[in-house]
Amino acid sequence: MLTPLAEVTNLTKRFSPDSPPALDNISLKISSGQITGLVGPDGAGKTTLMRHLVGLLHSDSGAVSVLGMDTVSSAPAIREHVGYMPQKFGLYEDLTVQENLNLYADLCGLTKEKRIGSFRRLLEFTSLSEFTSRLAGRLSGGMKQKLGLACALLGEPRLLLLDEPSVGVDPISRRELWKMVQELLDGGMGVVWSTSYLDEAEKCDRVILLNEGKTLFEGKPAELLTEMRNRVFVLYGADAGDKRSVLTDLLNKDEVSDGIIQGSGIRIALRKGAHMPDMADCLRAEPVSPCFEDGFIDRLGGGPGGHSPLADIINEKPDSDGSVIEAKGLTKQFGDFTAVKDNSFSIKRGEIFGLLGPNGAGKSTTFKMMCGLLQPTSGSAEIMGLDLKTAGSEARSKIGYMAQKFSLYGNLSVRQNLSFFAGVYCLNKAEAGRAADEMTNVFDLGSYIDTNADTLPLGFKQRLALACSVMHSPDVLFLDEPTSGVDPVTRREFWNHINSMVKKGVTVMVTTHFMDEAEYCDRIGLIYRGENIASGTPDQLKASAVTESLTSPSLEDAFIELINRSEAGRTQ
Amino acid sequence: MNFRRITALVKKESRQVVRDPSSILIAFVLPVILLFVFGYGINLDAAKINIGLALEERGADGDRLAAAFINSEFLNVRTAADRRELIPEMDAGHIRGIVVIPVGFSTRAAFESDSAVIQVITDGSEPNTASFVYNYSMGIWRAWLSQYAVEKGIEIKMPIETEPRFLFNPELKSRYFLLPGSIAIIMTLIGTMLTSLVVAREWERGTMEAMMAKPVTVTEIILGKLIPYFILGMGSMAMCVAVSVYFYDVPFRGSFVVLAVVSAVFLIASLGQGLLISTLARNQFVAAQIALITAFLPAFMLSGFIFEISSMPPLIRGLTYVFAARYFVADLQTLFLAGNVWGLLITNTAAISLIAAVFFIIIRIKTKKTLD
Amino acid sequence: MKRLLRIKALMIKEIHAIWRDPKSRIILIAPLTVQLFLFSFAATLEVKNVALGVYSLDRGKQGYELIQRFAGSETFSRTIFFNNPAEAKKALNEQKIIAVISIPQDFSRDIESGKQGKIQILLDGRKSNASQIVMGYITTVVNTYSEEITSKAGGTVLPAIVSGRNFYNENLIYMWFNVPSLMGILTMVGTLILTSLSVAREREHGTFDQLLVSPLMPWEILVGKTVPPMAVGMTQGSVILFFSYFVFGIPFRGSLVMLYAALFMFALSVTGIGLFISSLAKTQQQAILGAFVFMVPAIALSGFAAPFENMPQWLQGCMQVNPVKHFMIILKGIYLKDMSPANILSNTTPLVVIAAVNLILAGALFRRRLE
Repeated sequence: MLTPLAEVTNLTKRFSPDSPPALDNISLKISSGQITGLVGPDGAGKTTLMRHLVGLLHSDSGAVSVLGMDTVSSAPAIREHVGYMPQKFGLYEDLTVQENLNLYADLCGLTKEKRIGSFRRLLEFTSLSEFTSRLAGRLSGGMKQKLGLACALLGEPRLLLLDEPSVGVDPISRRELWKMVQELLDGGMGVVWSTSYLDEAEKCDRVILLNEGKTLFEGKPAELLTEMRNRVFVLYGADAGDKRSVLTDLLNKDEVSDGIIQGSGIRIALRKGAHMPDMADCLRAEPVSPCFEDGFIDRLGGGPGGHSPLADIINEKPDSDGSVIEAKGLTKQFGDFTAVKDNSFSIKRGEIFGLLGPNGAGKSTTFKMMCGLLQPTSGSAEIMGLDLKTAGSEARSKIGYMAQKFSLYGNLSVRQNLSFFAGVYCLNKAEAGRAADEMTNVFDLGSYIDTNADTLPLGFKQRLALACSVMHSPDVLFLDEPTSGVDPVTRREFWNHINSMVKKGVTVMVTTHFMDEAEYCDRIGLIYRGENIASGTPDQLKASAVTESLTSPSLEDAFIELINRSEAGRTQ
Repeated sequence: MNFRRITALVKKESRQVVRDPSSILIAFVLPVILLFVFGYGINLDAAKINIGLALEERGADGDRLAAAFINSEFLNVRTAADRRELIPEMDAGHIRGIVVIPVGFSTRAAFESDSAVIQVITDGSEPNTASFVYNYSMGIWRAWLSQYAVEKGIEIKMPIETEPRFLFNPELKSRYFLLPGSIAIIMTLIGTMLTSLVVAREWERGTMEAMMAKPVTVTEIILGKLIPYFILGMGSMAMCVAVSVYFYDVPFRGSFVVLAVVSAVFLIASLGQGLLISTLARNQFVAAQIALITAFLPAFMLSGFIFEISSMPPLIRGLTYVFAARYFVADLQTLFLAGNVWGLLITNTAAISLIAAVFFIIIRIKTKKTLD
Repeated sequence: MKRLLRIKALMIKEIHAIWRDPKSRIILIAPLTVQLFLFSFAATLEVKNVALGVYSLDRGKQGYELIQRFAGSETFSRTIFFNNPAEAKKALNEQKIIAVISIPQDFSRDIESGKQGKIQILLDGRKSNASQIVMGYITTVVNTYSEEITSKAGGTVLPAIVSGRNFYNENLIYMWFNVPSLMGILTMVGTLILTSLSVAREREHGTFDQLLVSPLMPWEILVGKTVPPMAVGMTQGSVILFFSYFVFGIPFRGSLVMLYAALFMFALSVTGIGLFISSLAKTQQQAILGAFVFMVPAIALSGFAAPFENMPQWLQGCMQVNPVKHFMIILKGIYLKDMSPANILSNTTPLVVIAAVNLILAGALFRRRLE
């Protein structure tokens, strides 16, 4: 057993006396030379725990010690040996890369001779050497993240705390960061990495799984997976148009505890000791190795079941053979910079289309043009044959839009938010009242009906945001990073709702960084440098990325491979 | 305290100031706008008040009096034959008063009766202007009358003669006292706005958290914020003084060294108030609102800059003592117009230091290096 | 019909957003009343309660009598006697007194013997406005006493020269000027802060995108965002009207209907300006700064702090775009003067123009969307 770098014993913290504890009797040890994953949905207590480790918060009861010193009494001494990268990376956006480094070097008390070496090493390490004179605010998300890491590493800390380093960062940068942190471990550094991405947790040496301030699991990721062995399968053979109904049926069976769509297949987890249920002959089940998320869901007592009451409310959308959403030669220029270049695609009724791409590639710009927030420089965006430029209001009335971070009116109650969106989409009083009641039932918002949207738990915010965007029964639904930071159970519920709507003919367009979400899509467009470099079903994308070294790539592997190929093609 | 860390923080803050347009806007553009507004817009010297003159009786005497009014440098006269023509003008606010030379003026003016000779009607909806109209008319009338009496061979001598002397500002230019006062208001605004907004911004952007996790002490963080904005504030102070002296020709009779010391003390108090606001409100919007309500408005209304403190009801008068601007206004007016009046300067500056000390003690208590 | 439904929903939302949060409710009402009370008492150009210094070498009857006449007035709450001129000058320098009356040694003797008695008055020019008012008061006291002496001695007295009358505000009560003006100023402050943040806040929170992807047209958003702050402004105006009449006892001589009509146009013009600032601003901070840069000159140059006529001609011309200036004329006109409808109309017209221009500009900027 390695000596613990930090130790937390029976830590409890409340922010106000009558609220539930943010951390409830937490005990853990952090060892050197390891990555300890601090995993859990938003609001689980990850940041609160991190802040305790640097002495920025003081506990109500229990003790926190780092390097054998108490964080309350010897905070200054501890800070000499701890590197901390807070959320949003803690950078001064109006200072350059070099100036940020200088500042933090001075604050850490690095001498002149020492810092020259450190800077060179860190800049090389983070490949930021070329950008030293660029303002931090002008860096891409991935580069900011690296700079934040470099700043936290100044002063050669023995313990490195990274709070959600991968939020808002594309898969490529995420992988690079991970590789960088691994290198650090060789020097004996201890790293705490907090994340709400469960796939990252799997790669950690140890994992602490937090939910609502409590520890659900602590140990090696593999230990959580052993319980799931022989219980996870992917079912192939379902018809593309049919797979969502199949999933719903499966989820309604007692034997199945969890299920999601994965490309053309359906991934299910069985309950402990349950046998594979009876199902249609055409389906064939292949056992797969369990992933961390399977374990997490299992710990929480299984997924949410398959039935979405929303399905009963949404009216069947009229059949149409043509495309519901169509982009024709979409181009957007900001000054000299071409953000989107000649992008065309069309989406049919009842299809889920995903836009993927690294940060700054033009996927948000494309998305915004499709829902009418930006006017294209040339080309057109059409919804059900209506050009967004000319028939704006009419076209927009057919759209449901769910923004990133669930933009709700925070100081209005749930009821007021619902009735506002009903009114804006021209539901009359009777319709609006009925729709609001239905949404309250479907999304189980009854107990929060008079609560301000700001103070809702994240999962309920997301439900409310979806409720607001679908209550006028739109034909088209635009989703911008719809489930980022939300716990996996809520995410499954969300996709159940989306699936049920798609079955009724609603067309969905989604942008995301989450590969799980991308797997739900029928087709994906991969945007890079403003161009659509690849499109097809998730399976087609995976297949096209097969190389000798990578025989069965994940969607994330495919994403990275395709972008690398495109980059290689450019430089030739 | 570590000198190198403070230097690093000061350097960082200064770079941000230079690059952030809103700091420059607050420190240099806003003062110029305000000085301009106060310099040109707020003027209590009734240069040319519009009045009406109702010549209800024409005659040699009346016409000579009318000429005296028309030639007055303070009045802008519009004549009519009847006051009834002028009253609607006053209703509309086009004239601020009416002087009536009534029927029977010449007989009455010949000292034969006790009844009023001319009548002055003023627009009471502007009380300050109304008293000016009355006083000016009175002056013109008296001057005319003494001359008239001499011509008639009547000796009129008042037993008591008053000889007024207005010290420091013999020309009675209101700009001379309003501009120094407005500098106090501008400095209040800059001091509190700058610091309260920038600290709140660090909380919002999460950089404060990163900094607090480094081995930096609270005093260092406070000094790191204070020093650059202190220098910036002194710069904008110097600019305000230069504009007042060279552009608006306000005399400066005190010593610049004393001015620098007094301004420094005031600026520290003002920055302290800003820091205090920002430790209480970690959000820019709330910080700006508190700064507006607790700093700017009292500085404007309760500092004696334009509204006389002694005329306020006792309760409000008591309230004025807790605002540093009150003392700074008097200091500046004195330094500009009277010179180094030690008694006043020392007492007032001591009061400002006391207020500053209170702010910093509260800041020190309130700012712990935790996020609780 | 559908449009009305949409606009109505937006309005209701705006009203909820303003009214739901107890904190923002307090922000709407508490500062309004505190400021109304504080400023209506504090913002006065009158001079009261100042100390008068006396340096008298005269031991005679007339000198004593004159000093007695100053003591105990509302203007001079205290008279302080000095034994030498240096002390008196020092007290004046340190602003312990506002003026010093110096009475020479043979003042009473001179008057007795029919010569002119001369007194010297030193005033603090640092407060030139207050000093002038004090001097006016001293002159009146001295002249009255002079005339008494003359008439007792049987000499010719100057006729009771001027009969003064103050229309609209007989006793020149400063508050009668103050409170109606504050109705304009405070209403503007409240409404402007509210509107200037309304779009900027939604931009920052990302909810403005929600509005833009909804079927709402830009002008519908504009209408929806105009009405609620106007309602707030008119309510604030009504609160001040209530206080002014029932608490401060300010006369109300004109037509209430006219007042509300003008208040409506004023609130509309301020809302227009606020929305224009808001649609220009990218962040809340910019919106606050923008509102501030507009607000300070608008108040300072409205005729409230100093008479409008005293400003240079060109600045008076510029201030035609200042809604507070126009509304202040209307307010005092209706409260005190029972102003004629024609006059009210001519002062309301500029408000209509200001409102129209700003609302059109704001609407055009909404349409620019996110580019």
